[in-house]
Amino acid sequence: MSSVELLPALLVAIPILLAAVPIVLGLRYDRTGWSVAAVTTVGLAAATIALASAVYADGQVVHVLGGWGEPQGIGIELVADEFSTLIAVLVTVTAAAVLAYTRIGGPRGNTFYAGYLLLVGGLLGLSMTGDVFNMFVFLEIVGLATYAMISSGDGPESAVAALKYLILGTVGASLYLIGVGFLFMATGALNMQVLGEAIPQIAEAGGGDLTLLHAAFAFIFVGFALKVAQWPLHTWQPDAYQHAPDGVTPVIAALVSTVSAYALGRVMFTVFGVDFLVATPYLTEIVVAVGSISVLAGSTLAVIQTDVKRMFAYSSVSQFGLVVAAYGLVTETALLGAIVHLIGHGLMKAGLFVAAGVIALGYGARTVDEYAGLADRRPIPAAATAVLLIALIGIPPSVGFIGKWYIAVGSVQAEMWPVAAVVFLSTMLTLAYAARLLEKMYFTPASALESPHGPGAVATDGGERTDGHNTADAGAESIAADGGILVGSSSRGSPDSVSFGMLALLVSTAVLAVVLGFAGGTFADLLGPFVTEVFN
Amino acid sequence: MIEILASRYAYALMFVLLGIGMYMMIANENLVKKLIGVNLFQTAIFLFFVSVAYVQDGKAPIVPDDPAPGELAMASPLPHVIVLTAIVVGIALTAVGLALIVRIHAEYGTLREDTLREVRADE
Repeated sequence: MSSVELLPALLVAIPILLAAVPIVLGLRYDRTGWSVAAVTTVGLAAATIALASAVYADGQVVHVLGGWGEPQGIGIELVADEFSTLIAVLVTVTAAAVLAYTRIGGPRGNTFYAGYLLLVGGLLGLSMTGDVFNMFVFLEIVGLATYAMISSGDGPESAVAALKYLILGTVGASLYLIGVGFLFMATGALNMQVLGEAIPQIAEAGGGDLTLLHAAFAFIFVGFALKVAQWPLHTWQPDAYQHAPDGVTPVIAALVSTVSAYALGRVMFTVFGVDFLVATPYLTEIVVAVGSISVLAGSTLAVIQTDVKRMFAYSSVSQFGLVVAAYGLVTETALLGAIVHLIGHGLMKAGLFVAAGVIALGYGARTVDEYAGLADRRPIPAAATAVLLIALIGIPPSVGFIGKWYIAVGSVQAEMWPVAAVVFLSTMLTLAYAARLLEKMYFTPASALESPHGPGAVATDGGERTDGHNTADAGAESIAADGGILVGSSSRGSPDSVSFGMLALLVSTAVLAVVLGFAGGTFADLLGPFVTEVFN
Repeated sequence: MIEILASRYAYALMFVLLGIGMYMMIANENLVKKLIGVNLFQTAIFLFFVSVAYVQDGKAPIVPDDPAPGELAMASPLPHVIVLTAIVVGIALTAVGLALIVRIHAEYGTLREDTLREVRADE
């Protein structure tokens, strides 16, 4: 076994094992969590890039766990192919980059970083696994870490949001598990490669097993629709994103739903396969309809929000709607567009939520009205937000544009004109809420609304509780480890708390969102082998 | 119809349990009972996997000493392993859920969702 073949297993095992280190060191030293997390995630980013260079040069890398030797469909396999490696790179790079925000911006504490590493390990496992049941386990590991991270916020609201997500997320994962059960009944296999070969034969034979496959797909799709937050199953997402600490939202917004959407694509195209999707009556129509309705409902709801983080959360519902609709088109171009948009949306949302955090930290602004006049007072965060919003709308050159372009071209190729209209409408609606924010930042004078809330008494998230009673048991997990120091998302805006690292992170994300706009051809080259294999 | 129920009653029971769990999650205002609903929902799925693995007259899947045992009817071990793993996952979820409920109770002094809505609306 060459050293490259070991990498997929190490990428999953190392963050999960090292998640214990901050807690153990925390017994002796107060603040080691950030350093451990930073060293680990940077190492993981380097390892995924090494893996990516191997995969894009020589084709997919398969690691068979448990010493089963050659891939034969018995043991659990970790597969790094053109699709999963790209997602793994997004995961590790984003996880490493967001640490630049949490160093000053919080949340702090060794237990928080233990959860952070657990989340990264789970996400990497979810993106690499080649086994449908193993995928369920990683879905739940990601879920558990996410619930814990959301509830590490200071206010009591975050616990309520996390519990809501826990109940809905568990139902989603359980529905997926039922689907896996039906797949197992029909085929007797759990390995994706084996399933991918068995399903066309069953579909040809027809009969009761084919009905099982239809039921399996229905359960799996509904389960993932919950996890990816598709309308009308999106209700957990705005609460979770809004009430999570500012340092956590970029990670979960950019990665958790993205990797779940990746997993849906993996199951649709590698396990069920194009022939099954096309041959099953109403299947593609339903997938496209769910995605399209999410696009319209998500962006309409985003337009009417007052809280900026909540607005971005509804915007995620609509952007993932585009991805799901693109999956439902089942053409090469649309699949390519879905993958590019997954990556691009992850990048842009991470940047936007970091910007929202920086602005809340340095300026105390959390609602759209409070953003008035921001461009004069905080030119760098305002400019970065503006660039990212323009990229999100899909104005070229930006990564948001190439994703939407491929999806639109794919819908024209598939002659699904409603989807082409939805892509166009989504651009208009994205413009509607992005323009609201841009107008406030650049064209509304600040004086009228200067510090609408007194210091320390900002309305959102019960921020004033931070130095009041109850803090000891309020955020016991997140606070205990660092001796009651609370910076986190407390809302007193002071420019001093914005570090150079945060601004550098923001600016580089904005630049990357534009530069990747020129990389459409590169994406097509990188993903070409995967897309060709799926469609042949 | 009766024949299907007689031979496949395990699956029917699973969906009844699943429905009860789902109903508890939606209709019950008490957060702890909601979590019990989640547990019931998951347990129904575990029972489903166990019944999938059932083989008529099947024995426990342990390979006998005899090198040529001939034909043996054994229950499929794979779904059982799946259920074991899923039970562990379920326990972890319950623990996190209960921890969150303890925190909500400490903050708001209630376990009921309707009271929680009132308290939050007043703030």
